[in-house]
Amino acid sequence: MRLKPTWRRAASLLPLLFALLLAGCGNTNIGDVNHTPNMLDPQGPIALKESDLFWIILIIATAVFIIVIAVLIYSIIRFRARPDSPEPTQIHGNTKIEIAWTIAPSVVLVLVLIATITTMFQIQQPQSPNTITVNAIGHQWWWEFQYDNGVVTADEMWIPTGTVVHINLKSNNVIHSFWVPQLGGKTDVIPGHDNAMWLQADNVGWYRGACAEFCGTQHAHMDFLVHAVSPADYQTWVSQQQQTAAQPTDTLAQAGAKYFASSPCIGCHAINGVTTADPSKLIGPNLTHFGSRQWIAGGVVDNKPANLDAWIRDPQAIKSGVDMPAFGQAAGGSLTDDQINELVAYLESLK
Amino acid sequence: MAVGSVATRSRSARRSWTQSAIGSWVTTTDHKKIGVMYIYTAFFFFLFGGVLALLIRTQLAVPNNTFLSPEAYDQVFTMHATIMIFLFIMPIWTGFGNYLVPLMVGARDMAFPRINALGYWLFLIGGIVLSASFLFNSAPNAGWFSYAPLTEATPTCLTQAAGSAQQAAQAAASAAAAGGQGCFSPGSNPDFWIVGLSILGIASVTGAINFVVTILRMRAPGMTINRMPLFTWMIMVMSFLLIFAMPSLTVASFLLLFDRHLGTHFFQASAGGDPLLWQHLFWSFGHPEVYILILPAFGIISEVLPVFSGKPIFGYTFVAWSGVAIGFLSFTVWAHHMFAVGLPPLAQAFFASSTTLIAIPTAVKIFNWVATVYGGKIRFTASMLFALGFVAMFLIGGLNGAALAVVPFDYQVTDTYFVVSHIHYVLFGGSVMALMAGIYYWFPKMSGRLLNERLGQVQFWLWMIGLNAAFFPMHILGLLGMPRRQFTYPANMGWDQLNLLSTLGAFTIALGVIVFLVNFVWTMAKKRTASSDPWDAFTLEWATTSPPPVENFLTIPVVRSRRPVYDLKHPENPDWKTEH
Repeated sequence: MRLKPTWRRAASLLPLLFALLLAGCGNTNIGDVNHTPNMLDPQGPIALKESDLFWIILIIATAVFIIVIAVLIYSIIRFRARPDSPEPTQIHGNTKIEIAWTIAPSVVLVLVLIATITTMFQIQQPQSPNTITVNAIGHQWWWEFQYDNGVVTADEMWIPTGTVVHINLKSNNVIHSFWVPQLGGKTDVIPGHDNAMWLQADNVGWYRGACAEFCGTQHAHMDFLVHAVSPADYQTWVSQQQQTAAQPTDTLAQAGAKYFASSPCIGCHAINGVTTADPSKLIGPNLTHFGSRQWIAGGVVDNKPANLDAWIRDPQAIKSGVDMPAFGQAAGGSLTDDQINELVAYLESLK
Repeated sequence: MAVGSVATRSRSARRSWTQSAIGSWVTTTDHKKIGVMYIYTAFFFFLFGGVLALLIRTQLAVPNNTFLSPEAYDQVFTMHATIMIFLFIMPIWTGFGNYLVPLMVGARDMAFPRINALGYWLFLIGGIVLSASFLFNSAPNAGWFSYAPLTEATPTCLTQAAGSAQQAAQAAASAAAAGGQGCFSPGSNPDFWIVGLSILGIASVTGAINFVVTILRMRAPGMTINRMPLFTWMIMVMSFLLIFAMPSLTVASFLLLFDRHLGTHFFQASAGGDPLLWQHLFWSFGHPEVYILILPAFGIISEVLPVFSGKPIFGYTFVAWSGVAIGFLSFTVWAHHMFAVGLPPLAQAFFASSTTLIAIPTAVKIFNWVATVYGGKIRFTASMLFALGFVAMFLIGGLNGAALAVVPFDYQVTDTYFVVSHIHYVLFGGSVMALMAGIYYWFPKMSGRLLNERLGQVQFWLWMIGLNAAFFPMHILGLLGMPRRQFTYPANMGWDQLNLLSTLGAFTIALGVIVFLVNFVWTMAKKRTASSDPWDAFTLEWATTSPPPVENFLTIPVVRSRRPVYDLKHPENPDWKTEH
């Protein structure tokens, strides 16, 4: 059911209203982290098939709408009561017409159903032999990504282009739903159910993802990024992420590194090579390469020193309901301004 | 002697109480009074739910808005849906059915007048319980679907949480950290939902049984099933759906109640339960529920369009039986709400097929309505405008609904604003537009007064513009990747202008509601002047005075066709000569 590009282009022109509106809103700039996650701008094979189906449905639905509304509008203009209108003929129905317009939508719907089920089975199994596997774990409210090769990240998943990414979806809390519109549809992340999905990015770029199932207070701030890079860049990234935490060079960050190992932070956060607790027992994200990430806490703020400072002082003021308590003294916490400055410098140095 | 006199006095006191202004309503078993009480109460909840909708749209008018806190927003969006579904549309259909079904089938009252009254008072109590949750800042906040395990707790954590909100959060966090059974809703929010909906469930089922018995057993002589007004048909199908669907919701609610308060773990995965059990139980109620909300609208449209087209409904039998077909099929489509949960492909194919199938009788109905208008002599009353608006808007809701049966496309748009658009085209463009057609149509029958037509037209156009401005952009928001149930969204995602447009649309609808309220108050201040048949209509309710007397008819009419009042007015060409 893959449409030829020309037809797809033609299809996108037909429903003028949609095309105009989408052109106004969904400009692609996939090099930018914050571009519209437009599902009709597909960047992988699954999303492509799904958006193809959309254009087919849109054409059919638009045609049906126009036909029915045209007859309705014609009727209400032609048959509106005028002083000289004759009394209408009292027609009770017509069985032949009834049968005809029962069969007509049935035929159209069966064709759509065939396209539906064909596509459904086509996207079940990936074609490409190159694969990687990632465990995506939904927390309230952030995403943890665990790779087979030991890499662990939060709210940011790097993948090689042209490669099938098998994703195992896990939650030990509430139901979430993993969704990257430009790469494919969503699959729910359900406690007690080992759901799995796959996706593939054909082009290099940043793709915005979100939790799509209502999961509590901060459901709105459970976004994540998928960064598709060339296979070579991916390998570079993996070897960099596999290293333990970098030793900071500037003095402020060094002071932060020294303080971190005895700070309250280690009750919840791991830094490989620094903390000793079993990471699987910790409830916060692994911070080993925190400085390399775009976002803090499910995209609630960008990862900038000033934002991190505010976050450590009072996370509840930025994202109410999260497990992390306030550490700034103004918000009832125990860390001094100096300690927070040092921690910010240290964490941002962890590239 | 003393005892006797006390007894006499209390009896006379009771008599005067039942005749007083308030007492006559509180103690009534008259189907028309009960119907009016349902309609007033449900309309109050419509205004309540509408204010919540405006709060939602105000919060979402601009990105990163802080008008509502996330905690408040979650209560507001959950209660908007819960109120509109359970306290507005469902009971207002029961109200219309109560008032109209006995009149339409030529009966003197409902089959069980006291149970009828019980149903109303239970509805009121259920509504008060649900609304009272706001006073405790504990309104249900996990969506109208209350998915487990987000609504879960354990008796232990509820006890810990009984202290303060601070402790509640700590209890939840410690339970989560320990990897033990979830405690995700330590407040009493889900308990209000469970108790309120269970009471409303009893109210609905008693009403439904009453409708079925009234319709099957109390029709006037000559009114065979095949001559019943289509509104009555649709109320009957709705009632069967209620009787068979509500128990599933009640069972699910009680299992959740047991989990939370008795320490069972039906939906707690960590203890061997299954969160998907909730979804199956809920949606096997929830999808028939959608048809419970729309079938009486089909009935109203099938009454209003013929009258103002001056023709009988085109294809009565097909319209009636397509309603029955929809009723049966509505029990086979529930998992189309669950395409993203990872069901086996074969199961998904089955539910895609059944959902496709249910679109066919729906399409047949739309074609028959258009054919009814075609060749008529159309009078553009306010009621007719709303009915025609219904056909156009419900058509959009049907088409974008059928699109949701396309499973791979559904993977993309489920849980996005595309679905929000769909349900509002069905429930606002469909149910509420039909309701307005019904209100303008039957208002003279119920009150003896005709609503102002000019204001009705103003309201109609405000609503048509408002609802399309509010809900059409949501299609595009969904396609542009905006998930639903978010209390805010980031700027510059291509979502800003569309959300603002949607908010302006919502306020335009609200303006239309104000126009209606003005119309209502102004009309009620006037004298009763409506004749028994102001619209030149067809069915039995127009054969009695406006409003009808107690027990409805002086003598029970004898029926010979589907349009008994038309027959009376056209002895030269009655239906019973041409109908077959």
